[in-house]
Amino acid sequence: MNFSEVLKQSNQLCRVSPDGKYLATCVQYRLVVRDVNTLQILHLYTCLDQIVHMEWSSDSLFVLCAMYKRGLVQVWSLEQPDWYCKIDEGSIGLVSSRWSPDGRHILNTTEFHLRVTVWSLCTKAVSYIKYPKACQKGIDFSRDGCYMALAERRDCKDYVSMFVCDDWHLLRHFETETQDLAGVEWSPNGCVLAVWDSCLEYKVLLYSLDGRLLSTFSAYEWSLGIKSLAWSPSSQFLAIGSYDEKVRILNHITWKKVTEFDHPATINNTKAVIYKEVERRPVVGSADLSIQQHITMGSTLFNTQSKYEICPLPVQVPVVKPDLDRANPKVGVSSMAFSSDNRYLATKNDNMACVVWVWDMQRLGLLAVLEQTSAVRCFQWDPRRPRLALCTGNAKLYLWSPAGCVSVQVPAEGGFQVQSLNWHCSGDSLILLGKEQLCLCYMETEEEEDNDK
Amino acid sequence: MEDWWTTATIEPSIENHEISGIARLMMSPSRHHKNLPTMHSSTMPLSKSSYNVLSAFCTEDNVPQCISYINQEMDSLGFSSACIEASSPEGSGGLNTVPALNGMYELLQMQRRSQRSLQEQETESLKISSALEHLQITNSRLKDQLELSKREKSGLHEAERQLQLKIKTLQNCLKTEKDEVQKLQSIIASRASQYNHDTKRKERESTKLKERLNQLLVDKRDKKLAIDVLNYLGRADGKRSQWKTGKVEARHEGEMYKSLLSDYEGRQRALMLENAELKKVLQQMKREMVSILSPSPRKPCSSSRGDRVEDSLEQAGSDRDKEVGDCSRETLDQSCDHAREQSCEHAREQLTNSIRQQWRRLKSHMERLDSQALLVQQSQQRAGKELVPRQIHEEEMERMRLEVQQCKDFIQTQQQLLQTLLTKCVKSLVDQRQQFNSPCYDDETAALLNDCYTLEEKERLKEEWRLFDEQRRNFERERKNFTKAAIRLGHEKKAFEEDRASWHKNQFLNITPFVDRKRHSASETPRALSTSSEPEMRIPSTPARLTKSRTYAAFSTPKAAPVAGMPSTADLYRTLRLIPDSSSSSRGSSKRGSWQEFNNFHSREDPRVRSRDRYGGGDCCSIFSLGSEETASPEDTLQ
Repeated sequence: MNFSEVLKQSNQLCRVSPDGKYLATCVQYRLVVRDVNTLQILHLYTCLDQIVHMEWSSDSLFVLCAMYKRGLVQVWSLEQPDWYCKIDEGSIGLVSSRWSPDGRHILNTTEFHLRVTVWSLCTKAVSYIKYPKACQKGIDFSRDGCYMALAERRDCKDYVSMFVCDDWHLLRHFETETQDLAGVEWSPNGCVLAVWDSCLEYKVLLYSLDGRLLSTFSAYEWSLGIKSLAWSPSSQFLAIGSYDEKVRILNHITWKKVTEFDHPATINNTKAVIYKEVERRPVVGSADLSIQQHITMGSTLFNTQSKYEICPLPVQVPVVKPDLDRANPKVGVSSMAFSSDNRYLATKNDNMACVVWVWDMQRLGLLAVLEQTSAVRCFQWDPRRPRLALCTGNAKLYLWSPAGCVSVQVPAEGGFQVQSLNWHCSGDSLILLGKEQLCLCYMETEEEEDNDK
Repeated sequence: MEDWWTTATIEPSIENHEISGIARLMMSPSRHHKNLPTMHSSTMPLSKSSYNVLSAFCTEDNVPQCISYINQEMDSLGFSSACIEASSPEGSGGLNTVPALNGMYELLQMQRRSQRSLQEQETESLKISSALEHLQITNSRLKDQLELSKREKSGLHEAERQLQLKIKTLQNCLKTEKDEVQKLQSIIASRASQYNHDTKRKERESTKLKERLNQLLVDKRDKKLAIDVLNYLGRADGKRSQWKTGKVEARHEGEMYKSLLSDYEGRQRALMLENAELKKVLQQMKREMVSILSPSPRKPCSSSRGDRVEDSLEQAGSDRDKEVGDCSRETLDQSCDHAREQSCEHAREQLTNSIRQQWRRLKSHMERLDSQALLVQQSQQRAGKELVPRQIHEEEMERMRLEVQQCKDFIQTQQQLLQTLLTKCVKSLVDQRQQFNSPCYDDETAALLNDCYTLEEKERLKEEWRLFDEQRRNFERERKNFTKAAIRLGHEKKAFEEDRASWHKNQFLNITPFVDRKRHSASETPRALSTSSEPEMRIPSTPARLTKSRTYAAFSTPKAAPVAGMPSTADLYRTLRLIPDSSSSSRGSSKRGSWQEFNNFHSREDPRVRSRDRYGGGDCCSIFSLGSEETASPEDTLQ
């Protein structure tokens, strides 16, 4: 495992192009495009203000930079460095900007969710979509880029509009049976749309592409409901994480519950392996410690060594009791992710912030539990292999695979703390984002491993 | 009369005083008032003591009256009194004794009976009284209990009343709570509806505001709202954009349905595949079941014992099922074919039905097998535990016996061969030796010969050793005799010494003028004399002993330890005339000692004697030499 030098970035804006060739980073009001392999700067663009949002187009030819405060969006071309495009939303304001899947349209959501403006880069044409709903996930494009689902609110009722992205033709428009729609998400095969209600009511609605209601699922009533939702890459399973600290898995044929994953505070499952991160601080003798030693040891004191130990059952997982009187209590399953091969599901329960749970989807049971020393910030699956990377806001990178678990010290200077991470689409490298820096971590590919052998 | 008296005297002694008193008191009143007004004897003295003659019931004068009175009494009591009466007219003392005694006896009997019954009644009454007491006690106890339970009951009643009161209050509370809950619920509902209404209103307001804002922005024709592009881009797919027409709409619909259809088709295909797989599994299971359940004659020979058991079981048990099974198999095969060709409803049903049937059979069969296995296990537990080991054991034993036999045979033949060879060799060697006496024979034969000789020699030596042992035992016996004799001699000598001492003393005392001191030292003198005299006695013997100390050591047996006053062995020998004199004693004494000592002694003293002994000596000498030269080379003794 190799690490690159530390690069600067701001606002955690760092994206790899969809084709995997370029790395775009934002530093204040500058956009820097580098070659992923050499990290050499290929292009440098200067925007009008500090960049708040940045996004690659699907064909990796354009980069969108949004400056929400000024209501501005600037687009840059890689092929023609002197080409430019500037979209000004004017006084209406801007809260969100994104590419359409074809990479030729930009969808801007105005302030107060008054409308969604669709700008075409081909024709300069503008179209408006009124009444978008301000919610968790109001817009979702299908994986193949053909359709867009948009949540709407009209006359105190929730609607979903389906658009054909090709020409923004409204394909379907239907009312949903929700109290307060919270999000829409397409299944990866683009045929089923999952719609879920806000946390006040546990309700998932599944609509076919043609607007038919396929099924409704509700696990319980009168309690805080759904917190997160995830489709398996094969569209076979729909995982629903809720405030009752459980994940429910629905199947794609009957849309009934297949199983339920509990997140208990005491793990007794004999089939699960519990990895516990153990920190080993360098022992410092207090008596014979001079100032010089202090200085030299300063860096090592921060960089404590850690390793995983397999705990014997039963294991007590640290639980933080949430403050239930406040809004959005820190309890329940907030993030879930399926591995690319559909075999594993990683989940995180918010009141057990230090723990990541890995479930085996073939056995439909708990496979591994990673107990970290600090709260898990982010975890993501390798897009090619069953490999999970996670970070906890310290100078370490943690990797899990069915073979085992490893903790890697990021050898960057100056207290580099991994806040977030992103896999390269090839799965060979990993982008680690600190507060103001970033660092690339190159995994050992199989050829290299063969060479080593 | 005499009988009466005796009984009268005996009566009080036997009976209880009080009882007799009571009895007489009860009897006496009627007697006085009716028939004996003239009798001056009072009842009290009579009852007090019947010895009193004056106050007696019967006196010399009133015998007839008495008799008549008694007769009457007897009559009234129902006894036969005639006999007494009959004899009465003659004399005053003419009492017919036999009936009188009979009557008396009967009376006595009656008395005794009545006494017994009285006693019984008394004990009865005692018993009853005690029972009564007991009953009274129990009664009082029960009364207490009753009281207690009554009190308890009242307490419980009180508690119940209180509880009921509590229940009532609680029910009231519940009612009020329920009311409150209802009220709250209604409040909540109203609030919720109000909230909903409010939110809706607010939302409407907000939408209105949004609308207005939108309107305003649109109306304003915001100059800023603009896109500034250097040059237009081509579409990502390279096509040109199309006009929005109905055609396009239809195309979109079509595409949508196409994608949906393809998805469904894919899903159906997957399901079909899965179905086919499951069917295959089902069919395979079916086939295997059939093959297991039907007794096939071509069962593989390599099947294990369990399989064989199963086979036999199957053959035994499933004869009646055979037909059914066969027909079911047929239908199954048919259904399988059907299923393969056309997955129609009928075929499927058939398949599942036959599977179910087979499964049932398999289950029953398994159950039967289970029971059988259990039985077998039990029987094995009972007897079979040692069965296999014993078999193995026996086999092993047989094998070992055979082996032993073989070994024995082998050894025998070897021995025979060896014997023949040996005899041959010995013969030839002897011949050779006799005839040639030259070193012409080879080493091997020499070694063999040597061996033979040594063997022979050993045999002979053994024989001699045995003889020697016997001799030694004889010697031992003799020595024991000697020691015994010596002890006896010692005793005799002691006695003799004492005799002599006493004689000396007497003589001395007779001679001495200290007669007056005789009494004082009578007890002490013998000792003083002996101590003083003994050294003198011993002096002549000590030199001899000193000179012969060595030979003496050789004889040191625990019994023959030198006790004061015991004669030395040398003396003993001298006295027994075994040793001619002290100068030649060494040779003679050592002859009977242990040969080891003898050896050492002679080797130091004079070798000539030894050699003379050896050559000139008889049997015993040869034995000695043998013993001494056991470790010597055989060549010496060989000659």
